[in-house]
Amino acid sequence: MGMTISEKILAAHSGRDAVEPGECINATFDMVIVQDLSLLMAKEPFEQIFDGLGESSVFDPEKVVVTFEHEAPAPTVLAATNQKWGRQWARRHGITNMLEIGRHGIQHMVSNEQGFVLPGDLFVANGSHTCTDGAVGAFAVGVGAASLAVALAIGEVWLEIPETSRFVYRGTLQPWVSAKDLILYTLGQIRTDGALNQVMEFAGETVRALPMSGRFTLCNMAKEAGAVTGIIEPDALTEAYVRPRARRAHRTLSSDSDARYRAIHEYDVSALGPQVACPFSPDNVKPVEAVAGVPIDQVFIGSCTNSRVDDLRVAVEVIGSRKVHRDVRLIVIPGSQYVYLEALREGVIERLVEAGATIGAPGCGPCPGLHTGVLGEGERCVSTSNRNFPGRMGHRTAEVYLASPATAAASAVLGRLADPREMMGR
Amino acid sequence: MTGRVHRFGDNVDTDMIMPARYLGHSRAEQSRHAMEGVDSDFTAKVQPGDVIVAGRNFGCGSARPAHRPLQDAGVSCVIAASFANLFMRNAVNEGLPILRCPEAARELREGDLVEVDHEGGIIRCPATGRVYQAEMFPEFIRQIIRSGGLIPYAREKVKQRVQEREEK
Repeated sequence: MGMTISEKILAAHSGRDAVEPGECINATFDMVIVQDLSLLMAKEPFEQIFDGLGESSVFDPEKVVVTFEHEAPAPTVLAATNQKWGRQWARRHGITNMLEIGRHGIQHMVSNEQGFVLPGDLFVANGSHTCTDGAVGAFAVGVGAASLAVALAIGEVWLEIPETSRFVYRGTLQPWVSAKDLILYTLGQIRTDGALNQVMEFAGETVRALPMSGRFTLCNMAKEAGAVTGIIEPDALTEAYVRPRARRAHRTLSSDSDARYRAIHEYDVSALGPQVACPFSPDNVKPVEAVAGVPIDQVFIGSCTNSRVDDLRVAVEVIGSRKVHRDVRLIVIPGSQYVYLEALREGVIERLVEAGATIGAPGCGPCPGLHTGVLGEGERCVSTSNRNFPGRMGHRTAEVYLASPATAAASAVLGRLADPREMMGR
Repeated sequence: MTGRVHRFGDNVDTDMIMPARYLGHSRAEQSRHAMEGVDSDFTAKVQPGDVIVAGRNFGCGSARPAHRPLQDAGVSCVIAASFANLFMRNAVNEGLPILRCPEAARELREGDLVEVDHEGGIIRCPATGRVYQAEMFPEFIRQIIRSGGLIPYAREKVKQRVQEREEK
């Protein structure tokens, strides 16, 4: 019996020739990344591990990356105090890869932009969207606080080998339809527990034609279907992305033709239009035509789902020489300093600001409801992020519509939920 | 353990259990806001030993340790039709008993008194006379639960590391 790419990676990291779904393993991993709040939440279990043992050390400081994202730079005295502790912790443990404010970004972006995660890796982070990095062909798995503490202390993580379901997409995407629409459509089909405890392996000609930015978007929202992670087998495009970034050797793996899948879902997406996930769940998905016209207060283009240079480029293309609607605020937050600089150099930031957007410091922005654009009571927002549960971006009555950067940009201009195709004359 | 049932629906996400705005705060403060995103009176009603009963995909959303405010508010266990992977890991690793039992999740009512045998996965509801058997975790995970979570295992590993260094 053959193995999936995920099973191969997990076998290789647990000293086995093969693994099967349902087995549990203690695995070693290649890198672990922590951010301001995940590190804080691992503080207590990390200290418990070493309590009274006469030492306290990270298993291998070279394999740990620290970044700031959730509250970057610190918006409150409490956050500043917590982050001060985080910096001291990183220095005490000799973490050289500490991405200080100014070199920082969302953990699920700096991870691959700076070559910390590579094909064939087992990559660990305390963050549900760690699955994003599956787009490079790594098994990128989000864990909780205690697992993160144990990973930092002894370099191990326990995992139950998940079953894999394969999602195969065929057809060429229509103009102004992107990876975000693909994954929203998929969520509408399989719902929020449609891949519960499974790996979502994305494949097919449509996925092969996606740029890396779109592949990250696709894998990012695997978590919204309950998946352990998402993954895409590496190809020439992956290799071209990782090679200049890689700091060490990597292994390009793929799934065997006789690998076992829990299910194979096939979609012809050649006629797919832009999709929108309506309040209050990422699986409450409708074609954009069904919700076009809903009045809005804010548009947010950002988050680990859609804040890469390609996403900002699309927004600029859709906005063109138009202005953001007078009754709407457009908040754009590049996910990392790397994206910010690229977008500045290309003039993308300038055009966004000219149109009436405000640009936030790289990081998660208002997506987790902490700062720089949280929503008030009853406010409505079109967001390129990944979750719209009640209270996610602010007040529990605030409504978040999840959409692509193209849909978000069109909505910002028209001041209501809008179909990018209607604005672009298609 | 015996406790009263507090019922919730499907897809109770981590923002409902542990709103993000309290993530930087102390555990004590976090526990005062347990379930605030779905029931703002929860911490006023919950008694030590009480049980949360929910539908599918309990704890979906973020990786945050959403089990902690439940533990600290006195919740003795969560029974659900299914759990999100990260909530399951968090609960197992830090010792909040969770039981996957679609039947009990469907039939138990708000305020029911239930007796729960965590290790055996048995849920009794004396009022209805119903007894439910929850799905059992693989032995590997049950071992983590019996050890009181993941920390004792890591401590043993660290002790070995210290010992090996001293022997050199």
